[in-house]
Amino acid sequence: MTELPSLRVRWLQALALASDAEAERFGQSFGVGDAAFELLRAPEVGLVMARGRAGGTGTAFNLGEVTVTRCAVRSSGDRIGIGWVQGRRLERARLIARLDALLQSAPSKAVDAAVTELEAARAERQAATARKAGATRVEFFTLVRGED
Amino acid sequence: MGRIAAGLADPVHDAQMQFRDLLWAMSRPGSVVVLRGGLPAPPEPLVPAAYALLLGLVDGESPVWLDGDHPDASRSIRFHTGASMVAEPGQAAFAVVTRASGLLPLERFAQGSHDYPDRSCTVILQVDHLAAGAGLKLRGPGIAGTARLEIGGAPEGLVPGLQANRRRFPLGVDLVLAAGRSIACLPRSTDVEA
Repeated sequence: MTELPSLRVRWLQALALASDAEAERFGQSFGVGDAAFELLRAPEVGLVMARGRAGGTGTAFNLGEVTVTRCAVRSSGDRIGIGWVQGRRLERARLIARLDALLQSAPSKAVDAAVTELEAARAERQAATARKAGATRVEFFTLVRGED
Repeated sequence: MGRIAAGLADPVHDAQMQFRDLLWAMSRPGSVVVLRGGLPAPPEPLVPAAYALLLGLVDGESPVWLDGDHPDASRSIRFHTGASMVAEPGQAAFAVVTRASGLLPLERFAQGSHDYPDRSCTVILQVDHLAAGAGLKLRGPGIAGTARLEIGGAPEGLVPGLQANRRRFPLGVDLVLAAGRSIACLPRSTDVEA
């Protein structure tokens, strides 16, 4: 059970960053539609302050406010699930909260495999974007002008 | 730990409607108002009206005091409102007295200061039932002539306590009585007579 928190963090992150189709498929594979949930906190949209550090090491500053949607549910197995996602996405927040409650009592091997798949899909998406941007990169060369 | 109870189903509209009801009740002391909108099932030992009002009124900047150890109520309020729970009644912006026997002397709650009389506590007192037209005689702002309010299961010493509270005006606490879905208010400006 010691690895459970980190796995939970991974699925919360993977589900928030997955595409709609991926998240839906993930939900279906764990039968989220068949389980009963009590809504503790209906999906609601709000703002959180994103903070940053210049260069990753400087003093923290407020980068700006980010729109987020959050939701909380309780499963019939008395587990509390939470869902947070960037943007105004009520349904995604609800789906994540339900899955979060459900996955806490699911066998961790199956969950781990499914989460790894989501993470791989996201890495692939990021790599594709990076390739596309990388293809337009321009290298600048200058001759040494001898000023220093 | 305590069990988290569900919050308002439609937070924006329910809370607005219930705030309006509270405002109405507070400006007409002694009238019994049934809260409109959806009232979620409250955590032990709160009544629906008390829980709904807390959800609508309390936020992270208003400490709450409960009369005893109520893990379900305390966790639900913290989860939904972000408020902190305080052990000292004098530090609370909102206090909930769940049992009539739990009512402290009203002067133990924050009374406000002469510069800021609004920095006082709003006390929600749970009672068995409320009925207008009989019982205590009320006089004061918001009441044409006199009004009467019957409080079922009122704690002992409530009337002398309210009279002392009235004498401290403009300081003092404002009282919200809650029974089931109904509320009635006794602000510090109301004269109470048995």
